[in-house]
Amino acid sequence: MIAALAALLGLGGRPATRRGVHPRGHKAELLELAIEDAPACQEVILPLQQHAGRPAVLTAKPRSELEVGDLVAEAEAAISARVHTPIAGRVVGPVAVTLSNGRRVTAVPVRAREPGEPLRFSEWRSGDWTVPGTNLLGPQAVVAAVQAAGVVGLGGAAFPTHLKLAPGGARPIDTLLVNGCECEPFLVSDARLLVEAAPVVLAGVELAARACGASRVLIAVEDDKPAAIAALRAAAKPPVEVVVVRTRYPMGAERVLIPAVLGREVPTTGYPTDVGVVVVNVGTAASIAQAALRERPLTHRLVTVAGPGVVRPAVLFTPLGVSLGSLIEACGGVTASARRVIAGGPMMGFTVTDLSAPLTKGTSGLVVLDDSSLASAAEGPCIRCGACLDVCPLHLAPTRIALAARTGRLDLFDRHHGLACCECGCCAFVCPAAIPLVQLIRAGKATARRTRRRAIEAAAVAAIFEHGGA
Amino acid sequence: MSGTPKEPAPEGSAPILPEPSALDAATSPHLAVGTAGIGTAMRDVLVGLAPAAVMAVVLFGGRAAVHLAVAVAAAVATEALACRLRRRPTTVGDGSAALTGLLLALSLPVSLSPGATALGAVVAVGLGKAVFGGLGQNPFNPAMVGRAFLAACFPVAMTTWVEPAGLDGWSGATPLVAGDGGPVATAWQLLGGRVPGSLGETSGIALVAGGAFVLFRRAGDWRPTAGMLGAIAGIAALEAFIRGSAARGVVAHLGSGGALLGAFFIVTDPVTSPLARSGRWVFGALVGGIVMAIRLGGSYPEGVMYAVLLANAVVPLIDRLTAPRPLGGPMAPPSIVPAAALAVAPPGPPAETAP
Repeated sequence: MIAALAALLGLGGRPATRRGVHPRGHKAELLELAIEDAPACQEVILPLQQHAGRPAVLTAKPRSELEVGDLVAEAEAAISARVHTPIAGRVVGPVAVTLSNGRRVTAVPVRAREPGEPLRFSEWRSGDWTVPGTNLLGPQAVVAAVQAAGVVGLGGAAFPTHLKLAPGGARPIDTLLVNGCECEPFLVSDARLLVEAAPVVLAGVELAARACGASRVLIAVEDDKPAAIAALRAAAKPPVEVVVVRTRYPMGAERVLIPAVLGREVPTTGYPTDVGVVVVNVGTAASIAQAALRERPLTHRLVTVAGPGVVRPAVLFTPLGVSLGSLIEACGGVTASARRVIAGGPMMGFTVTDLSAPLTKGTSGLVVLDDSSLASAAEGPCIRCGACLDVCPLHLAPTRIALAARTGRLDLFDRHHGLACCECGCCAFVCPAAIPLVQLIRAGKATARRTRRRAIEAAAVAAIFEHGGA
Repeated sequence: MSGTPKEPAPEGSAPILPEPSALDAATSPHLAVGTAGIGTAMRDVLVGLAPAAVMAVVLFGGRAAVHLAVAVAAAVATEALACRLRRRPTTVGDGSAALTGLLLALSLPVSLSPGATALGAVVAVGLGKAVFGGLGQNPFNPAMVGRAFLAACFPVAMTTWVEPAGLDGWSGATPLVAGDGGPVATAWQLLGGRVPGSLGETSGIALVAGGAFVLFRRAGDWRPTAGMLGAIAGIAALEAFIRGSAARGVVAHLGSGGALLGAFFIVTDPVTSPLARSGRWVFGALVGGIVMAIRLGGSYPEGVMYAVLLANAVVPLIDRLTAPRPLGGPMAPPSIVPAAALAVAPPGPPAETAP
C-alpha cells in the first residue's frame, strides 16, 4: 500500500515496468508475415568471428570441397564458437571482410558447387520434437552437442551458448528464462518462430533446462504478440510457464527482464548466473534443439527485413554468410527515399554502408529507414527535464553521465555509474533537446575502460619497480 | 507498412538496392520520439500564462499591458544581445526569454514604472541566465533574479499594491498584510482576482486554469507544484489548528500572494529544479515551507521569490541526495591496484615508514 503510493508519487522514480520507451514498432502488420525461404545463393562468406570472444581458427583447407554442415573453423580459445558451412561447395581462400558492427575479420568464402537443394524452413521444423529421456541424452551430452554445433546467442550478443548452459559458477542455477520479448521495433522473427515452430523451441527449452539444471522454466513474451503467446500456451507442458510481459523497450534486455519477471536484480558488475538465472533467446533454444536432436550445426537463422524503406517486408529463413544486399533484394529492394540500412533493430543496431557484408549469427534483422523516419532534430542545451532519468531502465542519470563523458571527467563518469549503462538508447530516444546521450556515454565507456586498463598496467609496473628488487 | 505510400518496383525490373552514396551512417538509436524540442514546452507555458496576462489587463487596465509588453521586449532584446556578444546563434526562438519577461512582469506591482520593469527584465535575462551560459546553465530562476534585483532597488514601489481598477473589490494592503486583525478576503475574492497584488498574482482561477494546461501538456512536472501547495496547505492547516480564528486559513494562504503563480509556473521550471522525481517533491515542499516561514515568522509579507531563490541554491544538494540508485546496485569503486601488483608487494608497512 505504502509502496504503491510511493510509486504513484514517483518517490523512488518510475517503477521498473513503466520505464523504458515504446517506439512505434509497426509490429501488428509485420506479425502477419509467414516465414519464407531466402533464394538459393551462389556464394557465402563465413566470418571466423561471429560471436563474443576470440575468433575461431580456420580448419578448412583452401580449394577443398565441403558438404553442407561441414566444419570450417574450430573454436580453440576458451570463449569462442565453431563455424560451419550452410552450403556445399569449394573453399576459395580466406579473405578479410568488414562486418556490419565495424569489425574487420578473416572470413572464408564458399562457392556453391551446383545449385543444390537448399535447407528449407519447412524441412528444418518438420518431424517429431519429442525430447528423449535423460538416460539417453544427459546434460553433458546436450552441452557437447551445442558446442559441436557452434550455437551462439541469436538475440544479438552472440555469446557462445555452451558456456551459458554450463556456467560452473558458485551459485546453482534454479531458473531458465527464455527470452521471447523481441522488443526492438520492426523485428518479428522470434514471434514468427514461436507461431510456426513452437515445438522446436519448446524442445530446445527442455534441453537447455536439463543442461543447466534449472527446475523452473519461464518463457517471457511481450503482450503485443498474441499469436505467439497462443501458440506457446497450446504447446507448452509443465514445468514450462508462459509469462506475458508488458510491451516496453528494452524488455528483452536481460537486466531488465529478470527483475520484471522474477523480481531479482542482477548485480551491476555481475551476470544473471549470479542470481541463479540463465537467459536464452527463443531462436537460440530452437538452435539447441536442432543441434541436440538433429545434429544440425548453426548454419541458418531467421532475419526480419523490414522498415519503411523496404518494398516488401519479410521474415526470411536464410543461410548465414549471404550478403546483406541479397536479403534486401529478396524483399524487392528499397524505395527511392531509403536512407539508412541497419543491421539489427533501429534502437541498438549498426548502420550498414557496405551491402556486400555477410550475414552473421548475431544479426536478427535488417531495417531500412527512409528520410521521414530518421531522427533529424538539431541538438539543444539540456534543460534538466529529467526525461532520461525517468526512462532509463537501469535507474541511471544519463544526462549526468553524458555530460561527464563529453567533458572528459572520468571521476564524475564513475560517480554516476557510467559503466553500468547497457546502451539501450532510451535516453537519446526521448531527449527533447535531441542530445546524443547514449552515444556520448558509449564513447565515455570506451575511454573509461582504456584509462583504467592503463592505470592497472602502470600500477603493476610501479609495483615491480618499488618492491620487485627487495 | 505504416500507411506510407511506397513506389513499387516497375514490372519485370530488378529490385533496387541503395547506392552506397545514398546511405548515411550514424550510431544507434536511429529513432527519436519526435517531439518538436524544447521550444514546444516553452510555448505551452506561454499559452498557460495567457489567462493570467489577460486577467492582469482586465483588472489593472492598459498600464498592465504596457508592463507586459515592456518586460517581454526587454527580455528578448537582452537574449538577442547576449547571443551576439557570445557569438552564438540566436536562441530567441526557443521562447525562454519571452517566458522570463512575462513571468517577471506578472510578478510586479502595476504601480512600478515601466522603466524599472524593463531594467528588471534586462537583469533577469542578462544576470540571471546569460552570464551562466544561457538556457539550461542558470542555477536560479531568471525571473526571480530580476524581481529580487527590483526589490532591492525599489523597495517602496515594489511593496505598494494597488487595488484592481474599476472593480468593487478589496482595498488596502495585500490580504497577507491585512490578515492580522483586519478584514479577511473571501475565497471568492481571492480566486476572482479582486484583491490588490502583483499583475498576475491576483486571479486564482486564471492561474489554476493555465497551470492545469501546463501540467496536462507535460510542459512542467506536477510534483514540485504538488509539493509546494501541499506544504503551504499543511502548514496553514496547522496554523489554523493552533491559532484558531486568528489564522488566515488554508484557502487564503494558497490563493494569495505569489503562491499559485509560483507553484504552477516558477517551481515547474525544469532548469532550476532537481533532476529526479523524488528530488522534485523535496524541492516543492522546501519552497512551500520557506514561503510559510517567511509569511508567518518574517517581517516581509510575501515570500515566494526568496523561497524559490533559496531552494534553487540547494538544488545541487537535493540532486546529490536523491541521485537514483542503479538497478543491481552501484558500480564497485574502481580499483586500480590489481591483484598482480598486490602479490608482488611485500606484506607489512611500506618502506617509507620503516626506521
